[in-house]
Amino acid sequence: MGATATESRPPSLARAWSARGRWPLGTLAGALLAAGLVLLPLAFVVVEALHPGFGEARRLLLRHTVAVLLWNTARLAVACTLLCAVLGIGAAWCVERSSLPARRLWAVLLVLPLGIPDFVIGFGWVSIAPGLRGYPAAVMIMTLSLYPLVYLPVASSLRHLDGSLEEAARSLGLGPWRAFTRVTLRQIRPALLGGCLLVALALMAEYGAFEIVEYRTFTVAIFTQFQLGFDTAAACVLSLVLVALSVAVLAGELALSGPADGRRSTRGPRRPAPRVRLGRLVALPLAGLASVAALALGVPVGALVYWLIQGGSSTLPATSVGAAIGHTAAYSAGAAALATALALPVVMLVTRHRNRFTVLLERLSYLPMALPGVVVALGLVSFTINHAFALYQSSLELIVAYAILFLPLAVVGVRSSIGAAPERLEEIGRSLGAGRIAVWRRVTLPLIAPGLAVAFALVFISSATELTATLLLRPTGVNTLATRFWAYTSELSYGSAAPYAAMMVAVSAVPAYLISRRVSRAAPAEASR
Amino acid sequence: MSQLRVQDLWKSYDEGPVLRGLDLVVEPGALTAVLGPSGCGKTTLLRVIAGFERAEQGEVVLGGRTLENEHVNVAPEKRGIGYVPQEGALFPHLSVEANVGFGLPRRERRGAVVSELLEMVGIAGLAKRLPHELSGGEQQRVALARALARKPHVLLLDEPFSSLDASLRGIVREEVHQLLREQGATTVLVTHDQEEALSLADSVAVLRGGRIVQHAVPSELYEAPVDHELATFLGAVNLIDAEIEGATARTPLGPLALRERPQGEPSGDTAGATLVMVRPEQLEIHPSDGAAAAGPGELPGRVEECRYYGHDALLKIRPDDPRVTVLLARVHGELALPAGAQVTIAAHGPVSVV
Repeated sequence: MGATATESRPPSLARAWSARGRWPLGTLAGALLAAGLVLLPLAFVVVEALHPGFGEARRLLLRHTVAVLLWNTARLAVACTLLCAVLGIGAAWCVERSSLPARRLWAVLLVLPLGIPDFVIGFGWVSIAPGLRGYPAAVMIMTLSLYPLVYLPVASSLRHLDGSLEEAARSLGLGPWRAFTRVTLRQIRPALLGGCLLVALALMAEYGAFEIVEYRTFTVAIFTQFQLGFDTAAACVLSLVLVALSVAVLAGELALSGPADGRRSTRGPRRPAPRVRLGRLVALPLAGLASVAALALGVPVGALVYWLIQGGSSTLPATSVGAAIGHTAAYSAGAAALATALALPVVMLVTRHRNRFTVLLERLSYLPMALPGVVVALGLVSFTINHAFALYQSSLELIVAYAILFLPLAVVGVRSSIGAAPERLEEIGRSLGAGRIAVWRRVTLPLIAPGLAVAFALVFISSATELTATLLLRPTGVNTLATRFWAYTSELSYGSAAPYAAMMVAVSAVPAYLISRRVSRAAPAEASR
Repeated sequence: MSQLRVQDLWKSYDEGPVLRGLDLVVEPGALTAVLGPSGCGKTTLLRVIAGFERAEQGEVVLGGRTLENEHVNVAPEKRGIGYVPQEGALFPHLSVEANVGFGLPRRERRGAVVSELLEMVGIAGLAKRLPHELSGGEQQRVALARALARKPHVLLLDEPFSSLDASLRGIVREEVHQLLREQGATTVLVTHDQEEALSLADSVAVLRGGRIVQHAVPSELYEAPVDHELATFLGAVNLIDAEIEGATARTPLGPLALRERPQGEPSGDTAGATLVMVRPEQLEIHPSDGAAAAGPGELPGRVEECRYYGHDALLKIRPDDPRVTVLLARVHGELALPAGAQVTIAAHGPVSVV
């Protein structure tokens, strides 16, 4: 039984190649479709912007208006992001690291504003204080509606922080404040920067709230140029500037955060960090958090309730609410299904066949984060008008727009559970006699189902409360909750607008609450492994 | 029961070739261990046999049926090969029962077949548990029962015991061995643990550099390894200068019988000066007071170091004869002599040329 010494030659290059690369063609096609859809609106915005010629585009770009818009957008983004950061860190520290009473209640109350669309918060404020206008109003309303985007990741990061690091810093002679800034703050930096990024991008994309307080940013200007001026070229030139701004913000976040997130030097179980005893000072954070909750949650909800009662349901045809709910639900469900279906091949491809090309495809799927709704809508409009008129202002176009816009959310959702279905489980399934499809149904699908559900829910909520793209793309004569609300608000019929806003809040607040619970509950389970 | 034959298998990854023309024959009903250091391509071999990866060249034939060659690539589910991966890889969303029944036809999944299998691997009480509620050893048993459920022609075990802690490993290993014997399953077990390979397997194939360098029964492998590197990989060894004359090696330890080479091995070129291999167990040690002269075939020496293991001890001895530098001898625990003790050393043949 000794080793045979027969001469053996290595295989030819061609055979080696054919044995190596087994691309999953279906998955690849799906991922390419997703990437193509993401690039389509951007490409058409570029085409339209350059359509009247380079000189004209240049003239449109170097206008005084553009400078004003740039200044408006930039000072808003800086002020709001800083305020959100301060508010988010402060609130997260109080809830996660201090002896604040009723922490669970605060944790929920602080997240809930996320479930209220920004333009509904704006509506709430302006409807009770009609004098609110311009920059200060925009800063206040956006800070109150966006700070949870910082609070959530920072709180989660603080909760998972290894307390022994701070102890080590203290034992090395740092006071509590310096230990916080030099050690703790460094640890939560990726979470903080990620949150700030989301805030800045949301500010760039927002239309409704700024329209309500009459503050002109790029998005507002683009919308007006296109909708009222029918000046597609000008709108597209402005869109390109806006996209460039968003990309700059993204790049800035990448450069600042670096590759350091998730690093952990210590081994073994983490020790939860001790809470700081507040003592008599407890009144201070209590008052602070209470006023945040009152301003961010109390005022909009209170206004909504007030107008609901004032408006009187008798004056309102209940059927139109029903129809709007139906349309919103149908479009959102369609978009959620499509986005999830597009995200799945992208995630599968990058986790199972990681190489430069597939990583690029995955990065592309995050591009819509830097594409405000108005830009996606504009791109799709010019595509359908010029090349697929049958789709212009069709339900399909709106659904595709939502799917593109919220593809990053779907990718994040799917990613969250793709790790639960490693390829080797599928291999085992097949070695046990189940075919490819049976293994997919019996092994992979049940394992990734939670992630698919999260992806679906995230896209559904976001689509149901989307305003900007909806206004531009909805089929003629069709109304969703958002467009009905908007029509009434524009006429200052707050009472008639309120029921639609209430429905949107209901649609998004419940899942937002469930997701925040899921996030906070996932923590101990993960730590116990 | 069928013979598994692998011929001239080539497989490479981006980092370079892993298998380079590997040949292996596994006899029906036998437990064959594939032994090699980590990263030598053992897992790749199993994955190609199971059909998870395509070979670039070569053939896999099971009981006369070609599973893999240039033109054929039978899908994993149609090969009838059971696979037990390193960590068990149980389906986390399915109960123990459902895991074991996974490969069975739908109506058998909840029936007596599954309970018999669970009974067989000794975890009948855990049918309703989920995988994360099981210990490592229990998970391993479920994985084994799951693979056996379909009565595969060949069972592939990929380092099945390496994730278990030392105390459990011995027990599970014994039980699995027993079970496979009873089943008469043709088994390929992959391991980097030479003790495991030698003690469990009917035959051991040593994988190195992408090829099988020796495939033999455990005793032959241990006593007559093909080369020096393999000799040391399988256990401690003494290499001694020798002069070959016919069937005898003349050494400083006296004349020692040469082991008969297995058929087909050339032996003519080993005449003349060479090295022979003497395992530490082949040395017999006697304490001496230093006064009495060493008898014929005995070498006087001095203990330099002693490692005591309880059941036995390893002595490092420096012989007075300057032609031999240092010798390792395995002795009974009670012979664990302190450093500096005078001893005489005698060797028992047969020995092998390396």
